[in-house]
Amino acid sequence: MSEAPTDRPLEFEERVLLAKRTDAEINQAVLQPMLRTSPRFWALVGLLGAIVIWGLYAWGYLVTWGIGTTGKNRPVYWTLFITTFVFWVGISHAGTMISAVLRLLKADWRRPITRGAEAMTAFALMMAGLYPLIHLGRVWKFYWMIPYPNNRFMWPNFQSPLMWDLVAIFTYLIGSTLYLYLALIPDMAMARDHTNGWRYRLYRILGLGWRGTQGEWHKLHRALGIFSVVIIPVFLSVHSIVSWDFAVTIQPRWHSTIFAPYFVVGAIYSGLAALATILVIVRRGMQLQEFLRAEHFNALGRLVMIAGMAWTYFWFAGFLVEWYGNEPVTRELIQQEVAGHLAPLFYLQMVANLLPIALLALRRVRTTPGLLLASTLLVNVGMYTERMLIVIGSLQRNDLPFNWGTYRPTWVELSIVAMTFAGFALLYTLFSRIVPYVPVWEMKEGRLRYSLRRIGRLLVPTAAEIE
Amino acid sequence: MAKAEKPSAEGAVSGIPRRWAMVVDLDRCTGCQACVVACHAENNIPVVGEEQAGYGRWMHWIIIQRYWEGEYPNVKARFMPVMCQQCTQAPCEPVCPVFATYHSPEGLNAQIYNRCIGTRFCGSACPYKVRAFNWFRPEFPEPLPEQLNPDVTVRSRGIIEKCTFCVQRIRRAELDAAAAELTLADGEIQPACVQTCPPSALFFGDLNDPDSRVSQLARSHRSFRLLEHLGTDPAVIYLKGGETNV
Repeated sequence: MSEAPTDRPLEFEERVLLAKRTDAEINQAVLQPMLRTSPRFWALVGLLGAIVIWGLYAWGYLVTWGIGTTGKNRPVYWTLFITTFVFWVGISHAGTMISAVLRLLKADWRRPITRGAEAMTAFALMMAGLYPLIHLGRVWKFYWMIPYPNNRFMWPNFQSPLMWDLVAIFTYLIGSTLYLYLALIPDMAMARDHTNGWRYRLYRILGLGWRGTQGEWHKLHRALGIFSVVIIPVFLSVHSIVSWDFAVTIQPRWHSTIFAPYFVVGAIYSGLAALATILVIVRRGMQLQEFLRAEHFNALGRLVMIAGMAWTYFWFAGFLVEWYGNEPVTRELIQQEVAGHLAPLFYLQMVANLLPIALLALRRVRTTPGLLLASTLLVNVGMYTERMLIVIGSLQRNDLPFNWGTYRPTWVELSIVAMTFAGFALLYTLFSRIVPYVPVWEMKEGRLRYSLRRIGRLLVPTAAEIE
Repeated sequence: MAKAEKPSAEGAVSGIPRRWAMVVDLDRCTGCQACVVACHAENNIPVVGEEQAGYGRWMHWIIIQRYWEGEYPNVKARFMPVMCQQCTQAPCEPVCPVFATYHSPEGLNAQIYNRCIGTRFCGSACPYKVRAFNWFRPEFPEPLPEQLNPDVTVRSRGIIEKCTFCVQRIRRAELDAAAAELTLADGEIQPACVQTCPPSALFFGDLNDPDSRVSQLARSHRSFRLLEHLGTDPAVIYLKGGETNV
């Protein structure tokens, strides 16, 4: 991550900007956007809420009439629900990537974006967690997958990757929510001290009586240090396990040893891209230009680019082997992808995943919010298409040609997919008005590193190692 | 599933009293679909209608797969009845989170409807794609309810079902034989498809009995098993068809 020497003066200036502000000014700069809710904000909430309600209606319709209201058939037993499930689990990866990995690496630019990233993880996982339920034929029996002593005298089948999924996702959801909350406590206390009314009562509860003593800070740093280490294997395992849902079967194009790392890398790619997309939007919506600056987008853009290169490598390594393996069904599937009925999806996947890598290599794209937004949105179009190809594309072909099939989505599926996108945006929007979006204490901590010191008559910008 | 089930070359399986198996003589199959009808009647399988069937939602437990061979005008139709292969190493079994798909003690690949929650993981894992899902609530328009088989459950929507080798008939024959203190003779048990097949293309019996009809047929030089390279060790043995299958 070393930066070109010519970049340094400008970015240093930017960092020192915050050093000139007092603590009270920073508190206000973060709190004010939370308290302001314009009519446009409520219009957005209303629109998202309407989409969610429509999606819930579609889900009710699905439960009432059966899975037949979706476009599934034999052999395409899994479709958009599983596709979107994989997509949301993928999105959830960047939160931990940013906050845990970068916290351990002491990458300083993580500071203003950790909270947004962690919230993204939690909400994306909530959306992902809906799909294994939605796609069940008998959703009202979902608890049969939960291991507890019961009157059926049955434990779930721990050989099944779906069980691993359930365990991994719950672990990750609990872990990432706790991680989000831990880092939130000092800011809840800060918000408690600056608000009144219902907000004061809420923050007083959430702040857990935080006073900011030396002992409290010590414990918080220790807990965050432990969490950062512990959550990394969890986050690696989650998407590996999602990939094994596919890879443990002998379905052509699924049965691949590279799937676990390939899925993890793809998840990081799409998750980081989604984070960049969200940050650009939130920065605009909440006027956080002072905190989310070019240097942060620059660094994040580079990470997206590197993840994209890694994705390309893994994709190619998988594709090449399958192509040269030339198994009849795999050959047919690759034929369909490259020149058949899956070709539009295939080329969309390739263009939307590869083009942003080239774009993000340019500093101007990384630091211009509009261009960054466009290229990272493109990444997620590509990654969604990739999952569609894997789930829906592969299932259309199998070893006996008589069993080949097609797939058409229905309004029920599309509405439910739209519901989770709107639901995610709605939760995130409301979250940004209730919780300080920028982690104030982390900002202040980082600010200590870049300060102006008076040496004689001269003000000298200094950088220090802290922590 | 780590039992010491080492099948011999003929497909017999040690450790279980009987290895139920079916032999499909492709030379004799005319593709008449009588087995499909018999199966629907015996096992209370709903009929989904033209539109749904066209979209790949037929519920047949036995499927006459039809393949065209050659170019017009020298075209041949080849028929291959495919039902659940009752694999010894079944890919569908380990993936079910709730043990709805499991290996019964007598070596059959059982589907327990009451346990199924409808993840359709078994369907995705099955290489033969013989698992049917109840996409909607099954309907039996009049007068079909009059002929529902009381020995077989009517399934609800949202669950997977598949060929059982007519396990209800196996059970009944075994119980009757035990009550009369007789041993089951070869060929005494006939699944509905075997019983119905007009050209007698289907045979059912015990592979662990080396003298049974299916064991003899399985030793034929024409015998093969579907997608054998996948290592699923199916209990359905096909006899290769020749020129007569036109």
